[in-house]
Amino acid sequence: MSYDVPVAPGDKPQDISFGGGTDHGFPLWEVFVRAKRGLNHTHVGSVHAPDAETAIQNARDSYTRRAEGVSVWVVPSTEIIASDDADSMFSPFEHVPYRHPTFYEIPEEVGQL
Amino acid sequence: MDAPMEYGPEQFAAIIAADEKIEPRDWMPDGYRKTVIRQMAQHAHSEVIGMQPEANWITRAPTLLRKMILIAKVQDEAGHGLYLYSATETLGVSRDELQNLLHIGKQKYSSIFNYPTLSWADMGAIGWLVDGAAIVNQIVLQGTSYGPYSRAMVKICKEESFHARQGYSIMMALAQGSEEQKAMCQDALDRWWWPALMMFGPHDADSSHTEESMAWKVKRKTNDELRQMFIDQTVPQAHYLGMTIPDPDLAFDEETGHWSIGEIDWDEFWATVKGNGRLNRERIAHKVKAWDDGKWVRDAATAYAAKHAHELDESALVKNV
Repeated sequence: MSYDVPVAPGDKPQDISFGGGTDHGFPLWEVFVRAKRGLNHTHVGSVHAPDAETAIQNARDSYTRRAEGVSVWVVPSTEIIASDDADSMFSPFEHVPYRHPTFYEIPEEVGQL
Repeated sequence: MDAPMEYGPEQFAAIIAADEKIEPRDWMPDGYRKTVIRQMAQHAHSEVIGMQPEANWITRAPTLLRKMILIAKVQDEAGHGLYLYSATETLGVSRDELQNLLHIGKQKYSSIFNYPTLSWADMGAIGWLVDGAAIVNQIVLQGTSYGPYSRAMVKICKEESFHARQGYSIMMALAQGSEEQKAMCQDALDRWWWPALMMFGPHDADSSHTEESMAWKVKRKTNDELRQMFIDQTVPQAHYLGMTIPDPDLAFDEETGHWSIGEIDWDEFWATVKGNGRLNRERIAHKVKAWDDGKWVRDAATAYAAKHAHELDESALVKNV
């Protein structure tokens, strides 16, 4: 369907380059919601807000209109430090099979282990 | 195990082939990035502009309950716009930039929102048909290859079901009402049926983006496939209401098990896409006015935040001393 608005016959598709504009709006905050007691806060998206208090309120309105959470965190997006996923930090893990329980063969008669 | 795959075209292709998700920091072809930004942004714009035709009836809802429902629904549309802008921003585009592209007409929104809402029954028809069509599209889009877009779709789909059902509930109330109310129901169906079918876009053969978007798994089904899914699920619902689909060529094909329809008025479709629909100019003018009128609120909030941050700094200073 066309939320991807089609290009009319005879029209040229717009070639828009992105990322050049400056954002003069409110700062961006990442939003984390605890769905219920006993669970971690989980990242759900982001909101714009002038300050932390408003960011919490906007996050509440945007992401928990139907009892999706009991607690909200907001963090300025610029404060998130991310790993460089392209380096070899996360793979391969195949050289450490001994970290997994299935690596060890235990006789059945030993029972639950 | 091979060495970790370098970020680049090979890894991108492998992720797409494995039906896994592309995430914001992954390498991606420039065309993919542009396609995903364009589609997410126009989807977000559609949600935001989509508030207007329904907000038009909030003050005139027939009961307090219907009014509360409609307010909740319009608020949801704002929320959907925000999830989608948030997803688009993961690709390094600013909210300001996106909104500006909408305001100056360089990016568009779904043409369906350029039709007027003339009666209360239109609130029913929009929920049932327009949101119904959106659901068909969005359920499939949960499988799109760009992670943040897919996650936004999952959340939106959870909320859309309420939209479609409250719409059908309005239509049922009218269909079971007086002769005038039944006529309102039929009139709304008559006016929204074809525009709802046009929401799925041109036939596959005339669709400029389809092939590439399918290959990248941004799009998972073609316009015609999605349109047929919608027709098949909606025709029996119209019949249940006791209403007539405004298409003399509508027929059930026993062999295929699908409903077939007459030809869509593509001239009307393209005229609306090109900006000559009933309300194209009015919708954008209203959006720009709302933004301009809200400037003093944004300025006040910014000034308050700056003042407050200053106070925080001072109190921290006192403590440190």
